Amino acid sequence: MSDTPKATAGRAAPRLGVLKTYKLYIGGKFPRSESGRVYEVTDSKGNWLAHAPLSSRKDARDAVAAARKAFGGWSGATAYNRGQILYRVAEMLEGRRDQFTAEVVAAEGVARGKAAARVDAAIDRWVWYAGWSDKIAQVAGGANPVAGPYFNLSSPEPTGVVAVLAPQESSFLGLVSVLAPVIVTGNTAVLVPSEERPLPALSLSEVLATSDLPGGVVNVLSGRTSELGTPLAAHQDVNAIDLTGAGPELARDLEIAAADNLKRVLRPAPSEDWAADPGTGRLLPFLETKTVWHPVGT
Amino acid sequence: MTRETPQVTGGTGAAAGTGPAKAFAYAPAPESRAIVDIAPSYGLFVDGEFRDASDGKVFKTVSPASEEVLSEVAQASAEDVDTAVRAARAAHAEWAALPGAERAKYLFRIARIVQERARELAVLETLDNGKPIRETRDADLPLIAAHFFYYAGWADKLPHAGFGPDPRPLGVAAQVIPWNFPLLMLAWKIAPALATGNTVVLKPAETTPLSALFFADICRQAGLPRGVVNIVTGAGPTGAALVAHPDVDKVAFTGSTAVGKEIARTVAGTRKRLTLELGGKGANIVFDDAPIDQAVEGIVNGIYFNGGQVCCAGSRLLVQESVQDELLDALKRRLATLRIGDPLDKNTDVGAINSAEQLARITELTRAGEAEGAERWSPACELPSTGYWFAPTVFTNVTQAHRIAREEIFGPVLSVLTFRTPDEAVAKANNTPYGLSAGVWTEKGSRILKMAQQLRAGVIWSNTFNKFDPTSPFGGYQESGFGREGGRHGLEAYLDV
Amino acid sequence: MSSAPSTPAPAPSAGAPATPSGAPAATGSPFADVTASDAALRRYLHGLPGVDAVGLEARAAALGTRSIKTTAKAYAIDLAISMIDLTTLEGADTPGKVRSLCAKGISPDPTDRTAPKVAAICVYPDMVATAREALAGSGIHVASVATAFPAGRTALPVKLADTRDAVAAGADEIDMVIDRGAFLAGRYMAVFEEIRAVREACVRPDGSAAHLKVIFENGELSTYDNIRRASWLAMLAGADFIKTSTGKVAVNATPPNTLLMLEAVRDFRAATGTQIGVKPAGGIRTSKDAIKYLVLVNETAGANWLSPDWFRFGASSLLNDLLMQRQKLSTGRYSGPDYVTVD
Repeated sequence: MSDTPKATAGRAAPRLGVLKTYKLYIGGKFPRSESGRVYEVTDSKGNWLAHAPLSSRKDARDAVAAARKAFGGWSGATAYNRGQILYRVAEMLEGRRDQFTAEVVAAEGVARGKAAARVDAAIDRWVWYAGWSDKIAQVAGGANPVAGPYFNLSSPEPTGVVAVLAPQESSFLGLVSVLAPVIVTGNTAVLVPSEERPLPALSLSEVLATSDLPGGVVNVLSGRTSELGTPLAAHQDVNAIDLTGAGPELARDLEIAAADNLKRVLRPAPSEDWAADPGTGRLLPFLETKTVWHPVGT
Repeated sequence: MTRETPQVTGGTGAAAGTGPAKAFAYAPAPESRAIVDIAPSYGLFVDGEFRDASDGKVFKTVSPASEEVLSEVAQASAEDVDTAVRAARAAHAEWAALPGAERAKYLFRIARIVQERARELAVLETLDNGKPIRETRDADLPLIAAHFFYYAGWADKLPHAGFGPDPRPLGVAAQVIPWNFPLLMLAWKIAPALATGNTVVLKPAETTPLSALFFADICRQAGLPRGVVNIVTGAGPTGAALVAHPDVDKVAFTGSTAVGKEIARTVAGTRKRLTLELGGKGANIVFDDAPIDQAVEGIVNGIYFNGGQVCCAGSRLLVQESVQDELLDALKRRLATLRIGDPLDKNTDVGAINSAEQLARITELTRAGEAEGAERWSPACELPSTGYWFAPTVFTNVTQAHRIAREEIFGPVLSVLTFRTPDEAVAKANNTPYGLSAGVWTEKGSRILKMAQQLRAGVIWSNTFNKFDPTSPFGGYQESGFGREGGRHGLEAYLDV
Repeated sequence: MSSAPSTPAPAPSAGAPATPSGAPAATGSPFADVTASDAALRRYLHGLPGVDAVGLEARAAALGTRSIKTTAKAYAIDLAISMIDLTTLEGADTPGKVRSLCAKGISPDPTDRTAPKVAAICVYPDMVATAREALAGSGIHVASVATAFPAGRTALPVKLADTRDAVAAGADEIDMVIDRGAFLAGRYMAVFEEIRAVREACVRPDGSAAHLKVIFENGELSTYDNIRRASWLAMLAGADFIKTSTGKVAVNATPPNTLLMLEAVRDFRAATGTQIGVKPAGGIRTSKDAIKYLVLVNETAGANWLSPDWFRFGASSLLNDLLMQRQKLSTGRYSGPDYVTVD
């Protein structure tokens, strides 16, 4: 974003803003696309905003490898620790409210007040999900009263590497609403942000990188949803895919591809109100239930 | 078989049994007191501000390790209690009407400020309570922050907690807490109460009021609306006035079983909901296939953590006869390494007894133990000349008939009993009116689970002891009280369900 | 379920006559029957009390929070320096490298002659003669790794020849590796016999013997139960020292696995009257870490083990950190890497 503040003293020339080079976020680092490609991102009126990296299938492969590498440590961290880190993300976002508000204004073409409300809702959404880390097990798991001398306990565990196609319209609140529930339970994510509104997501990676979130837990690939969705849906080392950002036709193709290794699939809803109470609907699809039996006797 | 000794560089070659040139004596390593600034006097915290007692009465709080007066604290009268309850009532509607997400953010702020001020609060708690800085720094404070963090996250998720689609708060909670974990018990009470939309009036223990008053300052720093948290300091009469107040909807008490029964009678016939965390006489059961070295650590942690002034202490060691000698030898050897003394020294393992009154009770019960024929043993240790101290003590040859096997001592005193079979262990462990905690030590998983199934206690620790976590419900059976604190279950005590 | 006998026996007095090396246990010892057969040995080792990993690690971590300051720190630093087996075990070792390491061991801090000497210089067998010569008259021991260190994957005669070579070249101490493959396959008697044979190979023509340190490679044994069993196995077979690791695998000495071995030597002395030494090796680089180990010794095995006779650090970079801390204590200023020697 370039803002040219008004000159304050005398007739000094207006200051030229410093533009940001938006980059991908893979394995905790900020690379350019290996393909060397970028695409133009414009605001709602068609004005040029920035270039975003146009990720390739190789970038997607690298992102999956980074997500897999991060999975052991992240899923093995205590739920308390994950909650602390997600809450830290919210703290960092709070300090960048103005930046994200400006990015949402540019991306979604809404008035500043409305954008600010969406950013605030997104930060609160992070806080909401942060709190789930050490509670979901008591809501989704529990002791099973089996008819025999066995101790029997079911606990939810993270599915693994999740590809997330973020919603196309809601560039920040929608993005947060699909990303946070995936990672809070211990999954790692390969995130494809809104194709035409990727900048808030790319800026979010800067926040993630400074919030003690281990590198590789979230990987962000800007680019064409269909170009990236296809290799991700077919990738044998991806365990689940959230198709929220895919249109009906693409979603069907990707779901067919996902069947090859029986990925868990979250289908896109016909219309989603991102301001509504999210409930547990985005937490549970990316959890497996593990049940442990142990004999009881002396 | 003996081996020759390697020659030491320039040395004469010590043989087994000869010690080093000098003993490895740890130099004093005191934690600085400078981090905490204790005012000469404190008022009550009512409706968001500190104020004197209506009749101007005060009492002193001393450091049990040195008997030094730390500060003067206001003694709340019945009138002050009424003012505090009114403040909590006035604040309630707005607090309960806040969206859960907003209440959550206040609690997250409190959690973060506790984390930021952890070292200061640890030193304060050590000064006021007498427990070692090692415990306040490594156990109490991390748990306190975690507790607020955990319940912060529940505030906006109550419809998912299994208590119906829109569970409502009770209203004003009267909370009375003990002196053994002053700030941790405050966290256990206040965090779930606030998360669920209640407002509180809390009375800390007479001998340890300071950390609750510092917590009042944390509420101020977090911008908590006035009247949501009120702290009234005082002794028994203040607590009695609080639980008897007609306008409280909820009473939560942690303390002795005798007082708990008194409170239960007080609230009888009223609308007040009650939860009680009371005394215990926890059995720590060691089988012959136990991991011995870790069992010894568990026994030590079970009865000497916080000087045994813990409701869930493993105060009865039930050891299988076949390993009795081996285990007791190892235990005594280990107790000889315990370091007793200045609680602010970072190397101190066992601190002071919290008050002269408590010391007298421990002394009286241990005399009874000797008089009734149990065998008393303590490691050689020098106790400080000022303050309230009691050496770690082990009684062997204890039977179920001894007072020290039945009554809660609440001090660093272990009673050792033996058993022959698992059934006998269960029978002895359960042979008590209490039922708070139990420990089981064996390498056989199925036996652990069978014992856990048969023991009548709210918390069973297997191959560990005295472990706590905000996600894990804690509370007793029988005369150890009712209701649970911690975890999803801990919400129920503060919801109208 | 039996467990290690624990009747404390009196410790031998200084100058107690040494039995001829080799015999693992005199007749009438509580362990005479334990090593009678593979089955008996297995039953015994598997009858030792189990180790609860979480509890062991918690105890090690708790001891790690001890705060060692001022006079205690000064004492601990000098003691740690005197316990170092200053080590170079590289394929690239040369006589020059070994000589400079020996010089460092003799006079660790050239600016301060009050700094203690190290306990030993630890090298590969082909460097023993060089080290022996460089250390002449210093009183510092020469320790040699042997038995096809670090993997130990070679035939027994080769391992024994390796050992005899090192002893003939003047090694005071031999650091052998056990056959982890045999141990993990449950062939405990094979491991036992191999230690016995190496112990025989340590005997010099005049009847004296190099001291034997037995390396378990804890990282490969993988479980704490195995480390406890290996400790007892090696002590029964006649080890003078038990040692955690070669320093050549991912997991080397850790506070918990060293604590476990300290418990083993403590219990072995209580049961037999024989005191065995302990040597953690690999990855111990800072004074802070070294002092944590000394606290483990102090509060587990006890003061009897707080000497280079009974506790060693296998280390290379640890020495310079200890020296910098030592300089800090004497001058009040933090030192830097340019104020200690690099060899």
